[in-house]
Amino acid sequence: MKGAPVSIQRVVKTYGDVLAVNNISLDIVAGELLSLLGPSGSGKTTLLMMLAGFELPNTGSMLLGGNDITFMPPNKRNIGMVFQKYALFPHMTVAQNVGYPLRMRKVPRDVIRQRVANALDLVRLGSYGDRMPSQLSGGQQQRVAVARAMIFEPPVLLMDEPLGALDKKLREQLQIEIKSLQERLAVTVVYVTHDQEEALKMSDRIAVLNEGVLEQVGTPADLYRKPQSAFVADFIGKMNFISGEIHECQSGVSVVRLSEQHFLRLSADVSANPALQRGQKVQIAVRPESLGIASAGQGGQSSIPGVLEANIFVGTHHTLIVGLSVGTPEPIHIQIPDGAVGSDLSRGDSIDVVFNPKKTHIFHADDAVK
Amino acid sequence: MTVDDKTIVGGTAPSIALPLVSGGSRRTHSTLFSLVLVSPLLLLIFFGFVYPVGEMLVSSLFSPGFTLDNYARIFTKPLYLKVLYRTLEIALLTTLGAFVLGYPVAFAMARAKSKLVPWIAACVLIPLWTSVLVRSYAWILLLQRKGIVNNFLIDIGLIDKPLKILYTEHAVLLAMVHVLLPFMILPVYGSLRSISVELPRAAKNLGAGPVTVFKSVYLPLSLPGIFAGSILVFILALGFFVTPALVGGPTTLMMATLISQQTTELLDWEFAAALSTLLLVVTLVIAFAFRHVLSFSKGFSDGN
Repeated sequence: MKGAPVSIQRVVKTYGDVLAVNNISLDIVAGELLSLLGPSGSGKTTLLMMLAGFELPNTGSMLLGGNDITFMPPNKRNIGMVFQKYALFPHMTVAQNVGYPLRMRKVPRDVIRQRVANALDLVRLGSYGDRMPSQLSGGQQQRVAVARAMIFEPPVLLMDEPLGALDKKLREQLQIEIKSLQERLAVTVVYVTHDQEEALKMSDRIAVLNEGVLEQVGTPADLYRKPQSAFVADFIGKMNFISGEIHECQSGVSVVRLSEQHFLRLSADVSANPALQRGQKVQIAVRPESLGIASAGQGGQSSIPGVLEANIFVGTHHTLIVGLSVGTPEPIHIQIPDGAVGSDLSRGDSIDVVFNPKKTHIFHADDAVK
Repeated sequence: MTVDDKTIVGGTAPSIALPLVSGGSRRTHSTLFSLVLVSPLLLLIFFGFVYPVGEMLVSSLFSPGFTLDNYARIFTKPLYLKVLYRTLEIALLTTLGAFVLGYPVAFAMARAKSKLVPWIAACVLIPLWTSVLVRSYAWILLLQRKGIVNNFLIDIGLIDKPLKILYTEHAVLLAMVHVLLPFMILPVYGSLRSISVELPRAAKNLGAGPVTVFKSVYLPLSLPGIFAGSILVFILALGFFVTPALVGGPTTLMMATLISQQTTELLDWEFAAALSTLLLVVTLVIAFAFRHVLSFSKGFSDGN
């Protein structure tokens, strides 16, 4: 089995007045696991259904290994798919389910038997061939679904929230299994999920979708470190948001006015937003682990005073929950290693929250998180 | 139509829900209380069914001493066997007709866009809610010598003089298929409706064309509904009275009409009782045979 590249070109899909997929172009590299990540209604499932051939785009086209498949019927596409609720045929045994795509391809019977046995061994269900799907647990059913989707060696495998119905522990185990299977077989996988943690763990690259628009594509680290919109910043990992107005912006240094008296000096990465100018309303975004603390009044030009609301010990680190005097009514989260300065602070202590100027993002306030 | 996915909230829901469900529904009443609850029904069944049927069975065997004459008469006179055979034949053909006409309707109803479904359902249910008598008279109106069908065929010049359609076996069959069609459509619709949309999609995705999707997914998974609908239609058709009596006339005698003749016109109650018992036995045998087949297909119907 060898993965093939997939190219989605300017695809638009509407349902009545609803714009489900708004002009998305996306190139998926052969052999990579790409996640389509977004909340409900972001268009990720619609996009997957169009790749599978169950929905047709209004405009745009889709290529598989260079061939146009936009209007090809689903049964001719030779793309494997794992469904959200497994979609195993309840009237067939596990072996009949897994052998189904081979029977459709008129593979000789003894070859089918051999390949079904191999596929079931691959997902560690070798002795379950004669069971009915209803006799298996959720995790086992999902493994059967994976075996059935890859037994005919499709160049591309689509997965629609395949682990959504499983409990956390099983989900984590299967994430690893699916990832290692994908790497071993070098198959291209398009993986739909609304779980950012799952996407970060499994993906080679992630495409973040929001309201039918492709917000950003990149490696998990890219998206985490260099989000290009407030939506991506908020959706991936934990992010604190503080609102203000650009007071000064030149040569990589921005000064943001939070109130009449309070200014915050940052050298934030404004490359994503080159159009920032004086008077512009902005959102400052910063990760909990990129914030530091100092004694009250000692924080300097890149800090905001606040009062500690809680100090939560979570094993490897402490999460400090701090109410800021300006910038946001919401308490912000700061993550500091256990034993570091500040891990013994307690509720009611006054501190300065210090911003690491290099690890702070500034976004236009109008593409703020809804 | 869903634009996007439904959010699944982890796997915690079932584990919380299960103890609640079993805790809530596992209330047990005392046996006495349960008996009190079902006693009206038991009384009704006893006096309205068990007693008269028993009485009938007894009266068919005694006149006044024990005798099998009444049964011997059924099996020796070719007329009565012919009626029994005709009844079984018409019931079987009605079932087949209802299946052939009903399955596509049920399929359309189960797969139609949500706006269309109430309209199809209305077309199925409104006849069902209309009196069988009215519907049978409607068929008389349509099929009689100077009825709508004959007039139409003469008007377009296809025939010169009216055809004899009414009071034939074909008319009975036509009217019975029409009257009993909803009893086929509804169970089949139910079983088709319970097939998740993911299953035919999965089949297509794995390489099955439309015909194969139907043969390997829809048909086997709707078998329980087909069995249920078939047995309903078949058993109802076996004992059907109004439609064969009105549309069939005296020449196409069926069991129910024959029994009615024996009781109301010839006042031969013992023989009518023997005929009724035979019909009941045939019905029960077929019902149990169907149930046996049905229990084979049950293995997967609760699998999804």
